[in-house]
Amino acid sequence: MSTVTGKLLGGTGRWFDDRLRGAQITRTWLRKIFPDHWSFLLGEIALYSFIIILLTGTFLTLFFQPSMTDVVYHGSYTTLDGVHMSQAYASTLDISFDVRGGLLMRQIHHWAAILFVAAIACHLLRVFFTGAFRKPRELNWLIGVTMFVLAFTEGLFGYSLPDDLLSGTGLRILEGVLLSIPVVGTYLSFFLFGGEFPGHLIIPRLYVIHILLIPALLLALVTAHLLLMWHQKHTQMPGKARADTNVVGQPFYPYFMAKTGAWFFFIFGITALLSTFAQINPIWIYGPYNPSGISAGSQPDWYMGFLEGALRMWPSWHWNVGGYSFAFNVFVPALVPLGVLITGLAVWPFVEQWITGDRREHHVNDRPRNAPTRTALGMAGVTFYGILWLEGANDIVARFLNISLYLTTEIARYAIFIGPVVAYWVTKRICLGLQRKDNHLLEHGVETGIIRQLPNGEYIEMTKPVSDEMRAVLESRKELPQIAAPDGDDVPAAAARGPVGKLRVSLNRVLNESIPLPHGNGHGNGHAAEPTAVTAGEAHPDGAERADGDGTGT
Amino acid sequence: MSETQPSQDLPEEDGHQSRAPHRVIGTPPPAQARTLLGEAPVSAAPESPRELPAGPDNPAKAQTAEKVVATFFILSMLASIGFIAAYVGLEVGSVDATLRSNLALGLSMSVAFLAMGVGATIWVRNIMPNVEQVEERHVLASGEPEREAFTKTFTEGAEASGFVKRKLLRRTLIAASVPLAVAPLVVLRDLGPLPGTSLRHTVWRKGMRMVVYGPNTPLRAADFSIPGQMITVAPEGYTENQDVLAKAVTIIIKFAPGVLVPNRPGQPGTIMNWTVDNIVAYSKICTHVGCPVALYEQTTHHILCPCHQSTFDATNGAQILFGPAPRPLPQLPIGVDADGFLIATSDFHEPVGPAFWELG
Amino acid sequence: MSWITALRRRPAAGYAVVLLGLVTIGMGYGALTSSGSPASAATPGTVSPQTIAQGKALFQVSCSSCHGMDAQGTSQAPSLAGVGAAAVDFQMSTGRMPGKDVGPEMDRKPVTFTNAQIYAIAQYVASLGGGPTVPSAAQVSSAGANTALGQSLFITDCAQCHNFDGAGGALTQGKFAPALTASTPKQIYEAMLTGPEAMPVFSDTTITPAQKRDIIDYITRLRAEPNPGGFSLGRIGPVTEGIVGFFGGIGVLVFLALWITMKRRES
Repeated sequence: MSTVTGKLLGGTGRWFDDRLRGAQITRTWLRKIFPDHWSFLLGEIALYSFIIILLTGTFLTLFFQPSMTDVVYHGSYTTLDGVHMSQAYASTLDISFDVRGGLLMRQIHHWAAILFVAAIACHLLRVFFTGAFRKPRELNWLIGVTMFVLAFTEGLFGYSLPDDLLSGTGLRILEGVLLSIPVVGTYLSFFLFGGEFPGHLIIPRLYVIHILLIPALLLALVTAHLLLMWHQKHTQMPGKARADTNVVGQPFYPYFMAKTGAWFFFIFGITALLSTFAQINPIWIYGPYNPSGISAGSQPDWYMGFLEGALRMWPSWHWNVGGYSFAFNVFVPALVPLGVLITGLAVWPFVEQWITGDRREHHVNDRPRNAPTRTALGMAGVTFYGILWLEGANDIVARFLNISLYLTTEIARYAIFIGPVVAYWVTKRICLGLQRKDNHLLEHGVETGIIRQLPNGEYIEMTKPVSDEMRAVLESRKELPQIAAPDGDDVPAAAARGPVGKLRVSLNRVLNESIPLPHGNGHGNGHAAEPTAVTAGEAHPDGAERADGDGTGT
Repeated sequence: MSETQPSQDLPEEDGHQSRAPHRVIGTPPPAQARTLLGEAPVSAAPESPRELPAGPDNPAKAQTAEKVVATFFILSMLASIGFIAAYVGLEVGSVDATLRSNLALGLSMSVAFLAMGVGATIWVRNIMPNVEQVEERHVLASGEPEREAFTKTFTEGAEASGFVKRKLLRRTLIAASVPLAVAPLVVLRDLGPLPGTSLRHTVWRKGMRMVVYGPNTPLRAADFSIPGQMITVAPEGYTENQDVLAKAVTIIIKFAPGVLVPNRPGQPGTIMNWTVDNIVAYSKICTHVGCPVALYEQTTHHILCPCHQSTFDATNGAQILFGPAPRPLPQLPIGVDADGFLIATSDFHEPVGPAFWELG
Repeated sequence: MSWITALRRRPAAGYAVVLLGLVTIGMGYGALTSSGSPASAATPGTVSPQTIAQGKALFQVSCSSCHGMDAQGTSQAPSLAGVGAAAVDFQMSTGRMPGKDVGPEMDRKPVTFTNAQIYAIAQYVASLGGGPTVPSAAQVSSAGANTALGQSLFITDCAQCHNFDGAGGALTQGKFAPALTASTPKQIYEAMLTGPEAMPVFSDTTITPAQKRDIIDYITRLRAEPNPGGFSLGRIGPVTEGIVGFFGGIGVLVFLALWITMKRRES
């Protein structure tokens, strides 16, 4: 280190340390180990997208006018010259066509929002499928689920701000959903919109929620999320020398700092690349919002699609009694799938803990195949979400894949039940099959591609034992504790009594369904001593012979 | 302990070959130097062993890598300068100009960022020595002595505060907090007016002319005489008022004689008294969640809402054929005035739009 | 080709092959899907008895099998009395007629008749019962049009079927409102005037000729605009944006994440 820089850094460090006593703790932070896996970078996509959104959003607030006052447009986008529109829409057109870099900032902001929610979803699925939500990380999981809900709410309010025809239709649907809520629906709608739809207050109100309230909540929650992760240390994928009692990887300084810095640049770069070459939310094509206008093929942004699909799929059930309307056809699809999804996600760590009775700390991730039931349930959930999502675009699907419009809805109404069941079953069988394959590798080793001819003319393929690293990964399947077995007098354990206990026992059995690891350590595999020469000819069932040419029998 | 994979070819007879791939994606291998990190030793005297290697494993490769990284960083620098130049040099103010500006600014920004990312990644992967370190985790739960000490401090403090023993104190504190907590909710009351009966009515009145929405000119029944015609109309004088339009916008459809199915007791249909010369008027606000339901198919007489595909039969009082809408589109009673212009003869006889609790 | 063998076992080889496959498929698909070419406008000429006779002859050869020898209609196709030259010109200049593959919807197809032939048939059908006439060039020109009014009318009465960008949309029972990308101003006018198939009729007394010009002006201006934000992704909104975001955005980032965290080759 050169003396000038060294003196500067040293002086600065001493200045802070004089006031904070930070040398030891900061050193601990610099040495902190971060494990490496590509899927651990998904959460960072969300984090850095959020920062990009904050930066570009600040730029946009300098030019956007959140007002529904009617103006006549005479700006640079001459196709809409003379058209009546709100100031919000007009200022968005100005940002797009009259502010240098304005369109780019708008597009980066919107693409980053798309990536933000997509990354949260991918990160959520990664954490779910690897069981990283288990003790001690349930709190972080709950914070994450909360941020997921806040993220797509923030997106919904954000893309509604320009007051264009497409997003205004979304607000109209929001009004209809609010109205349908029993007892309080009309009050909620009138309080949100400041009267009848559309009024002149919804855009300024959404603006405040969008630029102040939700970002503040998100900032606080993401800080807590990261602090918890820092304190508890990140989980790690199974591998050699990795255990629940350690964390193996590279130190924060300089390795992780460099990698996460590179990742930030990649995310910003890809977002900017998308914003250069892929047009997003071209509100000038949609036109300003008008309650008498609508377009074929109106969809919300992707993360609201599942709610849109639910609304399209639901039959027109409703109930009028005693002068009151229960609009099941609206408030059930709008709120129930969302409620089921979020509640299911939120309670899952605790449900799983109740079923398995597992109260240990977990710091090594599961390979998804090693938790077949959990993975299958997750895929069933993904299928459920996916069918709702596809149905949300059913008129686009009908138009471009030439399927009759009503047929898409009819198919969805059945697929929503059949699909998750099929997905569960198929995923589970795949996981169990992969576990068997792992066992096969452990017992018989890896194929080498080397064919050898035995003296008797038979051809066999040589195998070699799996490497130590791979062995550690393959053997990472853990036995889950069973709910306590009945004692000697056949009295069931306390945890297994009563209808709840019996349910717990049978759920436990289903959740723990897994292929046990092979007996022995995989080298001998219960067989007699290995043949030391090729001529011994003890063929394994798969025709491959263990190749121990050096005669050591390992 | 370290493991190195020999890369030279092994003898053919030997069963151990290193050609079979045994890579597991994403899990790094053991590195050259694996060190066990315990508690950070406080002394960092010069003779204490290094925790990190000083230089790269392969200095020659690192030299090449440094040149590559430097190239990317210079590329990034040039792109950032290009961004500034594009911003200063390229005007906007038309669609074409915006296209050029967006392309130039976006491309330079993308290259600037991506080149930084590529450079930094190559730096980490090729210049920094490959290390793998192990850090011990501690059980997260505090030990029993610490927990007991905490409990002791907490309960002593609770006792000292008098909160536990003094019921009057505690109860009045809670009693004071309740209205204080409720007050912020109460002040939200003026967010909006109470709905009252406003959702039950629109502005349509007897004698109010219908105007073609857009040109806002009134329409004669005689000018709307070709079967298969459909157009959106609005109440005259309210075409700039979005709050009014959100409930009052209406579609009118012209049919050939004999096609409309009249309303009969026990068999809902079109109320013929409310039509003029086989022109029927329906609310354009879908009874599902309020999208304009304007998609009219002349051949099938279906009115389709593009949002969630609720379908109504225009000949039959807009009865529901498919989709999630719960009730037919309300029919607007229409007639003609003295000059032959189409007018409403009253307001809708039921609330328009989505169902709400008090709808009945 | 030994360089391929040498590179085959590199860690990045698998990713390179997948990428190559994706690019090949994408380019192949792009090459195979083609956009239709707009039919040329029929030039109005003078209506002479010979034209009508020629039209009748053409009609009886190509159209009468479905529409009847005197265009009176059969079970397969409606009567053409009173539909007007505009309807004939629209249907034939877009290639929809002569109809093949009778299904819920007649698609735009390559045109099989010359402009003169279409004109002749149109005049013949017009002679059977009048009906809307083919608009002149002045009637469909954008000169002096009120684009703002065109935008308002388009959004209110057209976009619910044809989409705010004219990309088309799904109707019931396999029908669809076609995209407007290939329609000429004359065809747009004629479609509004005659209400082909499921499309409603927008007569000149409801939407005046001037207002029709305004709508045509808006449609043609909108579709001629370049996309300042990049590739248009079909201009249909969040559906394609979401697909690109997931596969283009997250997908590419996953590959980059693999690169950053990949095991280092021991030197």
